[in-house]
Amino acid sequence: MRAVRSIALNVFRESVRDRVPYNLVLFAVLLIGSSYLLAQLTAGQDVKIIKDLGLAATSVFGLFIAIFIGIGLVSKEVERRSIYALLAKPISRPQFIAGKYAGLVLTLAVNVAVMTAAMYAVLGYMTWIETPAFKASWEAPGTDPALLKAMALIFIELMLVTAIALFFSTFSSPILSAALTFGLYVAGSLNADLRNFEQVVDSRAAAWLARGLYHVLPDLSAFDIKTQVVHGLPVPAAYLWSTAAYGAAYIMALLLGTMVIFSKRDFK
Amino acid sequence: MIRSLAACACLVLAMVLQIWRDQGFPRRELDTQKVLYVRSPEVLKRLVLGFDALAADVYWIRAIQHYGGDRLDSGLPRRYELLYPLLDMTTSLDPYFNIAYRFGAIFLSEAYPGGPGRPDQAVAILRKGIAAQPGKWQYYHDIAFVHYFSMRDPVAAATWFRRAAAQPGAPNWLMPVAAAMLTQGSDRTSARFLWQQMLGADQEWLRRRATHALLQLDALDQIDRLQALIGSTPKPPGESYNWFWLVRSGRLLGVPLDPSGTPYELDPVTGRVTVAQRSLLFPLPKPMDPR
Repeated sequence: MRAVRSIALNVFRESVRDRVPYNLVLFAVLLIGSSYLLAQLTAGQDVKIIKDLGLAATSVFGLFIAIFIGIGLVSKEVERRSIYALLAKPISRPQFIAGKYAGLVLTLAVNVAVMTAAMYAVLGYMTWIETPAFKASWEAPGTDPALLKAMALIFIELMLVTAIALFFSTFSSPILSAALTFGLYVAGSLNADLRNFEQVVDSRAAAWLARGLYHVLPDLSAFDIKTQVVHGLPVPAAYLWSTAAYGAAYIMALLLGTMVIFSKRDFK
Repeated sequence: MIRSLAACACLVLAMVLQIWRDQGFPRRELDTQKVLYVRSPEVLKRLVLGFDALAADVYWIRAIQHYGGDRLDSGLPRRYELLYPLLDMTTSLDPYFNIAYRFGAIFLSEAYPGGPGRPDQAVAILRKGIAAQPGKWQYYHDIAFVHYFSMRDPVAAATWFRRAAAQPGAPNWLMPVAAAMLTQGSDRTSARFLWQQMLGADQEWLRRRATHALLQLDALDQIDRLQALIGSTPKPPGESYNWFWLVRSGRLLGVPLDPSGTPYELDPVTGRVTVAQRSLLFPLPKPMDPR
C-alpha cells in the first residue's frame, strides 16, 4: 500500500511540475470573463449558461488531462528507461499500475474540486448581485447543491477515461494511445444509439452486434446529467448510485486488464 | 529583453495593419453573410458529444443576436430567415430551455418589420415545448396569446386558455380569460386584462413586453378620445387639420403626447390621429375584426 501511495504522490508532483494546474487559472478566467460577457449577450439566461459552461469546461479540461497525461503514465517510464530502476525495487507490476492510476486520479480530483469551488464562487457572486424578482425566474437556485451530483458523475467519467488511457498506454505508443482513447470516448458518448440500432437496420445479426457493442463499450452518455441538474429537474439517487457502481465496475475491469497486460510485458 | 520588446512591437504593428486594412477594405459583405452550417438537430446532437446544453446556449445566443441584429439594422431588408432554424436547434439540443420556447415564440410572432411575422412558427415551437414538458401551462398560455394577438382568433385562443387552465399549477384567472375570449374576444378590455396578467410574469423581458403593450393600449384609447374631439370641433374653413386649431379653440391645452412622451401626429387632410414613427409605441396593434 505504501508503494502505491509513493507512486501516486510522485505522479501528482510530476503533474504539478508539468504545470497542469495552469488550466485552473484558464478555467477561472473563462468563467469570470464569460459571466460578464454573457450578461451583455443573453436575455437573462446568464446563470444557466454559466452553469452549462462550468460543467462543460470541467469535463473538457479533465478529459484533456486524463488523456494527455494518462497516455504517458507508462510509456514515458519505458521511453526514459526508468522502468528498469522502478521494477528492480520491491514494487510489483500491479502496484505500479495502481499507483500510477491513483496519482492521476488525485490530480483530477484536485482539479475538479478547485473548478467546482470556482464555479460556485462565480455563481454565488451572481446570486448576490441579482434582485429577488430576477432570481424568481431561475429554474434552480444559483448555488444549487444539485450541481455537485453532475460534478460527481463527471469525475467518475474522468476516472473511467483515465483507466482507458492507462490501459492503452501499456501496450501502444503515446500517439496511438491518445487516438484510441479519444476514439473510445467518442464511441462511448454516442453509445446510446447502438441500443436502438435494430430500429434502423433490418439485419438481425447487425442488430445483435450493435447490442453487444453497446454493452461492451463504456456507456459514457449515462454520466451526463448536466441538462437535468441545470434545469432543476430531479435525478433519482438510485440512478446516481447505479451509474457510479457501473463506472466503478468498468474501471476495475480496465485496471485489472491493464495489470494483466503489463505483468506479461517483457522489457528486455 | 530586446527580443520581448521586439515581439510586442511586431504584435502591435500587426494590429495597426489590421485596423488600416479593415478601414481601407471594409468586409461588410462577409460580416452580413448568415450561415447555418448544420441544420439537422439530430446530427448536431451527435457532433457535440454530450455537450448539448452548452451547444444550445450558443445557438440561443445566436438566435438573440440574429433577431436583434436584423431588427436594429436599418440598412438592409430585415429577413429573420435563420430565426426559426436557430430556435429549433436550440430547443432540440436542450428540450428544457424554457426561455427559448417562450421568447422565441414572441420573436417569431412579432409582426414585420419588428419580427418575421410568423405566428405559425411561434405555435410550432411552443407545441414542441409542450411535447417536451406536457404539464407546463405557460406554453399553452403562450399559444393562446399568439392566437389572440397575432392570428386574431379569439376562439382558438379560448381553447388554448382552457387547456392551460387544465394543467397542474395553472393560475385560476385562465378560465375567466377563456370565457371572456368567447364572449367579447375582440375588445380592448380583454387584451388589457391579458397583458396585466403578464405583468406578474417571472421573466423581466416578458414584464417589459407587457408594460409596452399596455402603453400601446392606452395610446389606442387616447387616440379614440382625440378622434372624437376632432370630430366634434368645427374646423375653420380653408384651414387644414392641426393641433394648434384645437389648442386655439380651447379643446386642448397643448400638443397631445402619447404615453411614451412623443407627440401624436395629426393628418392635415383626413384628420386621422396616429402615433409618430419615432415613438417607442410605433406601430400600434391593428384592431381585431369583430366576430
